[in-house]
Amino acid sequence: MKIAAKASELKRSGHGDKGRVKKGPLPDLAVDLGFLKLRNPVLAASGTFGYGLEFKPFVDLDKLGGIIVKGLYFNPRPGNPPPRLTESPSGLINSIGLQGIGVRAFCEKVLPKLQGLQTPVIVNVCGETDEEYAAVIDFLNKDRRIAGFELNISCPNVKKEGRCPALSPEHTFSLVKLAKQSSRLPLIVKLSPNVTDIVSVARAAEEAGADAISLINTLLAMAVDIETRRPRLANTFGGLSGPAVKPIALRMVYQVASRVRIPVIGMGGIMTGRDALEFLIVGAKAVEVGTANFVDPGASVRIVKEIQDYCRDKNISRVEDIIGTLRIDGT
Amino acid sequence: MLRDSSALITRKKAWDGCVLLELRSPRIARRAKPGQFLMVRVSSQPYPLLRRPLSIHARDEDSIEIFFARAGLGTAILAEKKPRDELDILGPLGKGFVLPRVPKGKAFCLVGGGRGIAPLYFLARELRAKGGLPRVFYGGKTEADLPLLQKFAAQKMEVFVSTDDGSAGFPGLVTAMLEKELARSAPPALIFACGPDQMMKRAAEIAAERQIPAQLSLESIMGCGIGACWGCVRKVRRGGGAEWAKICEDGPVFASSEVVWDEENTPSPSSPPTRGGEDVESAQ
Repeated sequence: MKIAAKASELKRSGHGDKGRVKKGPLPDLAVDLGFLKLRNPVLAASGTFGYGLEFKPFVDLDKLGGIIVKGLYFNPRPGNPPPRLTESPSGLINSIGLQGIGVRAFCEKVLPKLQGLQTPVIVNVCGETDEEYAAVIDFLNKDRRIAGFELNISCPNVKKEGRCPALSPEHTFSLVKLAKQSSRLPLIVKLSPNVTDIVSVARAAEEAGADAISLINTLLAMAVDIETRRPRLANTFGGLSGPAVKPIALRMVYQVASRVRIPVIGMGGIMTGRDALEFLIVGAKAVEVGTANFVDPGASVRIVKEIQDYCRDKNISRVEDIIGTLRIDGT
Repeated sequence: MLRDSSALITRKKAWDGCVLLELRSPRIARRAKPGQFLMVRVSSQPYPLLRRPLSIHARDEDSIEIFFARAGLGTAILAEKKPRDELDILGPLGKGFVLPRVPKGKAFCLVGGGRGIAPLYFLARELRAKGGLPRVFYGGKTEADLPLLQKFAAQKMEVFVSTDDGSAGFPGLVTAMLEKELARSAPPALIFACGPDQMMKRAAEIAAERQIPAQLSLESIMGCGIGACWGCVRKVRRGGGAEWAKICEDGPVFASSEVVWDEENTPSPSSPPTRGGEDVESAQ
């Protein structure tokens, strides 16, 4: 890939692109989540990066901070009927319904193909019941090829009208506690934006022992075909993602990052390095790139490069120096 | 599959509702097979966000052609592109048509409805290059819906034309014309079809009744085109049961015997037969 080749040239030569303003030395892009050190703060978001393999023709997976693979239930899952996608201005509404291959096929067919990868692979854990979440964790716990779990308690497409554990601080607390008891690996808890008080849910996850929080999952949404007067999605509702949701995501990440002690991983509509930097500035330790992967399969690695360029332009030697540096007048 | 972020538009031809673009992209052209498609980024702006799936209409050594209808915002923007503009494309994607090992001397029926004709031109040329005898059944609503007729004629292809309103060729559905022809000629080795769902469903029935194998090129809105989003599924028969298969990766071409036609898969009677909705821009 063009982008990847350029990045490696930069590393070797240690100076900037021809014709560009002279820039500072290469910044240290590593971020430390405490339980896991990432080579850079950009992870591929679950549900948008398949099982990682799909993107091998387009990106060097070893240039990513991490890969969060598509959500896994214990057993294979059929998913929702089509139509599953519809576009909206600057957004995508999906109701895939977590179609997937289950843990067994994942370990037998996918993980061997990801072996040798330097990038940590994090499994997004799903469950129809609390017990199923624990069963998925139990099954994958001992696999050394997995660096951690992201507990998906926030998918809006599997229960009626977007119901999910992350809508309630109480359910979040009990489920995270159960998952944490089962898990030997670090546990990231992925939250839903479809709540009035995101901080209370985040705090419940923290109190139950979550190692980190990631947010936001998609916003519950719908679209109507006025010719047929039918919903555009077979499931009526879906989850909105893409640039349209970024301002909401950013607000929620800022709120949560200011109020919990554990690391926060921000996501929602990140298309560029500039978008990612906004999340880092409001306090996210890392970011996940989602819908952008569909539009530009090289987006995740491009965003790493754009963050690096920003740091060099601003003479920032460590990307961690940007995190949580939002300046608000009068405070 | 590859990405070519600077596929140069070298030629453009436009009709009332349709456009043909020729793109210079040697690496993708060399790998392309009939029935495969491209994911085309129509704009660098966030709206419309997604790439558009478009089937490969033709190719030579260095170039590929796409033929599409102005069906929504994405294709409308694409239709405004000019020669010397560059396009960001992914391709060739998906599994194409499966050609028999020895096409030589065998007859094939290629049934295309509306813009569904697009991939069949590439297929017809490929079949003929291998010694096969493609017979093209090209249907439209009216005579103006058949912009590629000249192109097929220039290749001296055997083309049967139908129009819903009888303004050209056989008056009626392209599948009715197919039936009529099948009744008076030796059965073809294979039927290939691409077009609106109702057309393909009927083509599949006609093939099944005569025990002729058939392949259908299905369409869907797609999120990524590379198998990652699971957004473009269709119900297909697999191992005694049925499952949602990805059109982008497992298709877009399926054996007609695999495709399940049920309520959830067929468009509602009230929706327009060409399914040219604002956001349903498809691989045809």
